[in-house]
Amino acid sequence: MKRFEYFEPQTLAEVVDLLGQYNGKANILAGGTDLLVEIKEHLRSPDYVINIKKIPDLDHLVIDANIGLRFGALVTMREIETHLLVQSLYPDLIDAAQQVGSIQIRNRATVAGNICRASPSADTLPPLIANGASVRLAGRRGERDVLMEAFFTGPGKTVREVDEVLTEIIVPAPAANSGRMYIKHGRRKAMELATVGVSVVLDLDDDICQRAVIVLGAVAPTPIRAREAEAVLTGQRLTDEVIVRAAETAMNESRPISDVRSSAAYRREMVRVQTARAIRGAYQRSGQA
Amino acid sequence: MKRVISVSINGDLHELAVEPFRSLLDVLRGEAGLTGTKKGCDVGDCGACTVILDGKPVNACLVLAIEADGSEVTTVEGLVTSDGSLDPLQENFLKLGAVQCGFCTPGLLMAARALLNENPNPTEAEIRFGIAGNICRCTGYTKVFNAIMAATKATAVTEGEVSNG
Repeated sequence: MKRFEYFEPQTLAEVVDLLGQYNGKANILAGGTDLLVEIKEHLRSPDYVINIKKIPDLDHLVIDANIGLRFGALVTMREIETHLLVQSLYPDLIDAAQQVGSIQIRNRATVAGNICRASPSADTLPPLIANGASVRLAGRRGERDVLMEAFFTGPGKTVREVDEVLTEIIVPAPAANSGRMYIKHGRRKAMELATVGVSVVLDLDDDICQRAVIVLGAVAPTPIRAREAEAVLTGQRLTDEVIVRAAETAMNESRPISDVRSSAAYRREMVRVQTARAIRGAYQRSGQA
Repeated sequence: MKRVISVSINGDLHELAVEPFRSLLDVLRGEAGLTGTKKGCDVGDCGACTVILDGKPVNACLVLAIEADGSEVTTVEGLVTSDGSLDPLQENFLKLGAVQCGFCTPGLLMAARALLNENPNPTEAEIRFGIAGNICRCTGYTKVFNAIMAATKATAVTEGEVSNG
């Protein structure tokens, strides 16, 4: 591996200082399952690596049906995946977390790292965005919260400044009578990157869809809301006709590229197929189906 | 600049001077002299380097050795039970033909051992899910799966009982 200097700061302030001091030449090491791969593959070559795992209070997870979910930057995919209350309140987050890489990866990988790496196909992004999540950033100018929907600006790019570290992820409480699902489409059942990701959150009342959120992953430079597809569902009973129309609309809102994993045409078709499935699945989970 | 780390490997304390950019995999195989753990892809895709770190299965290629300071690591060399006999997983892998070239085997054994430590009676689906991070080119997985199923019938070995033989 390319040589780097290594720091193990004990406070958040030290991390911010180091990031500011080294101004882009330092990378944060949390789980390491993206950073170390990129260093080995010569995609990144930081001169300085800052291990944040000794910082206190970054591994908390607080969850309540009325307040929502808050968890720190060091919470791993595996911790999320195995948490009974997260399974019950945010099954879509579980759908996503448990399909990232392998158990070995998930024991190290953090959700915060998945967010900051900002791959267009990252699995935890669509369900977090669909649930209205925000991230908390700490930098030299203090703390700020950014809605995840506004966090991503391009493949691998976010609004995080070079001196900022993501400290916490904040997810609002799920509405009563809501259902949520994330579907990952890939060539393999495990150890795979999504070729298409679809997240659906439905708020229902008396069997009518009051609010729908549809977030597509891997079919645009960032995760995107399929707002026209959402409008097809809003205020409607979720009949087959409505669901099929919403799925077609989502397909037309997607902007996939062809790459080594899949063609654009196939991705578009899978948006159509998986959006319908995710809507039906979210509806089933709402208990109203 | 090298730092001295203190790591318990298979119950033995090792003090090793390592550069921060050395992976745990390279240090296990190099400085610690334990070549049972294999380097397949070195980027966390194949699972051949699976070890148990503080009770959890991880890819050693994606852990810096320096991150394991103060930790407990179990490698395939540590699967031998306290009376010197093979772990039931090892016995069944051998008996049921789950080893061909053997390169993926240490990683599979550690992934399976971690699975059984957490869940001594996994369902078929749980076994498949539990070893999904380990790739095998030779066996087609059927005999691996059978061996793990057979091993679940034997007594589970807890981490506290391992010794290196």
